[in-house]
Amino acid sequence: METLIDSVMVVILLSNLLLLGSSRLAACIRIVATQGIILGILPLLSSEGEITIRVVLLAAWSIALKGMVFPWLLNRAIRDASVRREVEPFVGYTTSLLLGSAALAVSLWAGLRLPLPPAAVHSSLTVPVALFTIMTGLFVICSRRKALNQVLGYLALENGIYIFGVAFVQKAPLLVELGILLDVFVAVFVMGIMIFHINREFDHIDTDQLSTLKE
Amino acid sequence: MNMIIPIINVLLALLLAPLLPGIINRTKAIFAGRTGQPLLQLYYDIFRLLRKGAVYSRTTTWIFRAGPIVGLSSAIAAATLVPFGGSRALLAFSGDLFLFAYLFGLGRFFTVIAALDTGSAFEGMGASREAQFSALAEPVLFLGLVAVARETNSLSLSGMLPAMTPETWIKAGPVLTLAAAAILFVFLTENSRIPVDDPNTHLELTMIHEVMVLDHGGPDFAFIQYGAALKLWIFGELLTGILLPLHTGWPPRDEIIAIALMAALAVAVGIIESTMARLRLVRIPQILVGAGTLALLSLLLALR
Repeated sequence: METLIDSVMVVILLSNLLLLGSSRLAACIRIVATQGIILGILPLLSSEGEITIRVVLLAAWSIALKGMVFPWLLNRAIRDASVRREVEPFVGYTTSLLLGSAALAVSLWAGLRLPLPPAAVHSSLTVPVALFTIMTGLFVICSRRKALNQVLGYLALENGIYIFGVAFVQKAPLLVELGILLDVFVAVFVMGIMIFHINREFDHIDTDQLSTLKE
Repeated sequence: MNMIIPIINVLLALLLAPLLPGIINRTKAIFAGRTGQPLLQLYYDIFRLLRKGAVYSRTTTWIFRAGPIVGLSSAIAAATLVPFGGSRALLAFSGDLFLFAYLFGLGRFFTVIAALDTGSAFEGMGASREAQFSALAEPVLFLGLVAVARETNSLSLSGMLPAMTPETWIKAGPVLTLAAAAILFVFLTENSRIPVDDPNTHLELTMIHEVMVLDHGGPDFAFIQYGAALKLWIFGELLTGILLPLHTGWPPRDEIIAIALMAALAVAVGIIESTMARLRLVRIPQILVGAGTLALLSLLLALR
């Protein structure tokens, strides 16, 4: 079972690196959606045989939300705004990949040294991958110009927090998890509408140009 | 008995290497709906070239003549270092993976300065590209190999590749998969295959390896072609050695399995070349950095 979870964790690591290195917005949306679906299956894998109704509920809800609703919302946003790719990010894609590997090294180093209840973590990779996904999300939010990529960064950040939560799924209350998912849903919904309005007002979704606005 | 199989392996490499480009070309021809050239075309080419004489420009020096010879001899030397089909290599010592990498480095260095020696602008461009991309591919190769070395607790290629068992793969599957993926990129880069370089192109502006050898002819060109085929075979041995976890323990059967796997690798390369376009030159460093990230990831997982 541990090798299986390890492999899933490596797939999530790779999807993060892919997110750092790809410029097409549609591809980025697909990557984050795939990540969401894999994360939805994760609690089923890590619940050690006793699959309770709440774990199934959590998995189904998060797959539906992250794998279907969010990609649909975001794809609609890029269709309306008719942007295909992030042309000039603040940090280039090759540099992003290199910085990503550095962040990976840091999170592996830190994640293996965090004092955690040993029974809670199923694979020694869980916490490092959670940290790395959070860092990737933050980095994408900071380094990309398009509002849509920043939403994706936010989603990756939330995925990272979710991996942390999965490690403790038997202990954390269901309501808390569902509440977080609902918050994310509302946030993405609002951001989708925001992108639409920014686009309609200014004919682009470059957020750095918003800072030059004056009263 | 201990020495016979390694010697047979080296002879197999020398004998069968020109077959691999033939298999690749045949796969590409089938994909394109053509009949394609004969499987043994490269053998015919090499024998034809060996019968001819060479023409040397007055501006070239001995470096130009040394290039193909050093290139071929370094490839033959590297062939003695790589194990094949689960048995150890002819030469094996701790740290031979560095000798392996730098033998090809030596061959490449001479190919590059031989290309510069002609004073041709086209060949200079090819030489500069070759130097750039191989400089980027080298750390990827080492990171991948060190990750495998760490998993198998050996710094010798003969200790690393035959140590691949189903247990190693179950224990360290992610590490080995990532390392093999990174080494596949190095394999494609070093052998100038698509997506890095198109071996079929006849446009000097886009070529890398082929453009460096434009001025070589006759036996020199035969050496270069043979050396390139040998390099393809040896890197293939390295890659299939990592990917093949099963050793039956009976050498002839292991050899046949390993040769079949090499043919499968050649078919896979043909499929990659038929389904992908060559990347723009500016994108290649990005792909190599991506491969480097994979290799680094596998090393980090191995060190964990």
